[in-house]
Amino acid sequence: MTAALDFTPAPGAAPLPRMVLAQAGAEVRAVLRNGEQLLLTLIIPILVLVGFSAAPLLEVPGRRIDFVAPGVLALAIMSTAFTGQAIGTGFERRYGVLKRLGATPLSRSGLMLAKTFAVITVEVLQIAVIAAVALAMGWHPQGDPLWAAALILAGTAAFSGLALLMAGTLRAEATLAAANLVYLVLLGLGGVVVPVTTFPHAIRVIVELLPITALTGGLRSVLAHGSGLPVRDLLVLLAWAAVTLGVASRTFRWE
Amino acid sequence: MDSPAVALTDLVKRYGRTVAIDGLTLSAGRGAVTAILGPNGAGKTSTVEICEGFRKADGGTVRVLGLDPIRQATELKPRVGVMLQSGGVPPAVRAGEWLRLVSRFHAHPLDPGALLERLGLAEHARTPYRRLSGGQQQRLSLAAAVVGRPELVFLDEPTAGLDPQARHACWEVVHELRARGVSTVLTTHHMDEAEKLADKVVIIDRGTVVAQGTPRSLTGAERQLRFRARPGLDLDELLTALPTGSAAKESPSGHYVIEGHVGPELLGTVTAWCAAEGVTADDLSVERRTLEDVFLELTGRELR
Repeated sequence: MTAALDFTPAPGAAPLPRMVLAQAGAEVRAVLRNGEQLLLTLIIPILVLVGFSAAPLLEVPGRRIDFVAPGVLALAIMSTAFTGQAIGTGFERRYGVLKRLGATPLSRSGLMLAKTFAVITVEVLQIAVIAAVALAMGWHPQGDPLWAAALILAGTAAFSGLALLMAGTLRAEATLAAANLVYLVLLGLGGVVVPVTTFPHAIRVIVELLPITALTGGLRSVLAHGSGLPVRDLLVLLAWAAVTLGVASRTFRWE
Repeated sequence: MDSPAVALTDLVKRYGRTVAIDGLTLSAGRGAVTAILGPNGAGKTSTVEICEGFRKADGGTVRVLGLDPIRQATELKPRVGVMLQSGGVPPAVRAGEWLRLVSRFHAHPLDPGALLERLGLAEHARTPYRRLSGGQQQRLSLAAAVVGRPELVFLDEPTAGLDPQARHACWEVVHELRARGVSTVLTTHHMDEAEKLADKVVIIDRGTVVAQGTPRSLTGAERQLRFRARPGLDLDELLTALPTGSAAKESPSGHYVIEGHVGPELLGTVTAWCAAEGVTADDLSVERRTLEDVFLELTGRELR
């Protein structure tokens, strides 16, 4: 049976919110369905959380779980906003998906908005799962959740800028390799589980300017020590966001 | 009055020092099917992608539905459907989801399920794009080009790699779009496709238009006599027996084509000459020139 179809022209763009929601939904589904992506965004952070909280592998200040949980939250943010987004967008460019979407009524700013919503949705899911596991392990978060949210948003912007900078200029395979490498290096250096206080002073000065260090440091001072808004960390993240998003918007190649 | 679906004037496109499009002028009428033919590298895809707003022309003017495809993109994009030559779909996305997504960018889309069914993809609605066959991928891209009920569609080699059934399904969609007043601009390598589908054929080569018109006006009323015989017949001698203005050629070896005033008299002369030479002419036929003949005459036979 062939259904009746009327090809008579009736052109028109859908309202922007509908387009953005449709695209964001498609992106969230793609992430949740992708095994490698889930490994990166959920399984590795939870293994790190459980492993480093349970086993006395490293000397950390204070209760182990209270030290590790904020670091793992920062790791999860980085995995979605940076690694996942860089690889996903790099391959979208390579497969011509960005080009094809460019021929639809969804504008480029609409597409960016959809990607932002998708990243934040995945982050909310990650935070819910990681917080549940950490609470079950006896985590006692302190501080104002609003300050934590501000840090997470600024961190998301900084990591997204880095991701788009990479995905918009490198070949997809190079982005894949580089994004994983950067993830590993930042996981090791950024205070996620290894306190930066254990590094020699010269290295520490540099490491503290990295976005991952600012995010782990900021989240830890709020959630573990109940401090107010960590202005320095927030400024580091906002500076990264401004520079990377600014450069990415000039260098991004859609094809 | 309606502006043409596409109007290109003195279009120029360079990639570095290579001139891909060199002063190309063409127009595609509203509600008509326009086929752009040309050998590989002739500039077909560059031309179409400039119309789609993917590339910026280095010279000349581009108007699509009367609009500039880059400066007036927001206004134009909802009205135009695009089928890329390949790709454009995430490998992991399911066929039905992709079509539904594209449909949700439009105000009055076709029903994605009905469209999948129409193109024989209903049972693959849940199949990821990368697991579809080449022909199924092409049909999904065609579906995505028309789902938004556009006024104008660009199809870049829509039937490349399709089996005969899928080609016919694609042709039927183009016929139906035309019947509903949609303008279509397509590129193709297939002469029969252009002959069957197009109201207007534009042959381009080395970035410029070498011929355009209806398929009929390009092939002309002229007829040809074709036959097969042993290779190496002395055609110059044959020509002396034929009326002036006739032409004869052997291409490929053993296949002969006589052009000119092909009537009973000429037919008689050729068969008599063959008999005198002791040659049997096989598969003797009288045909109209095909678009392929015209195409090869204009663009040459050498491989590129």
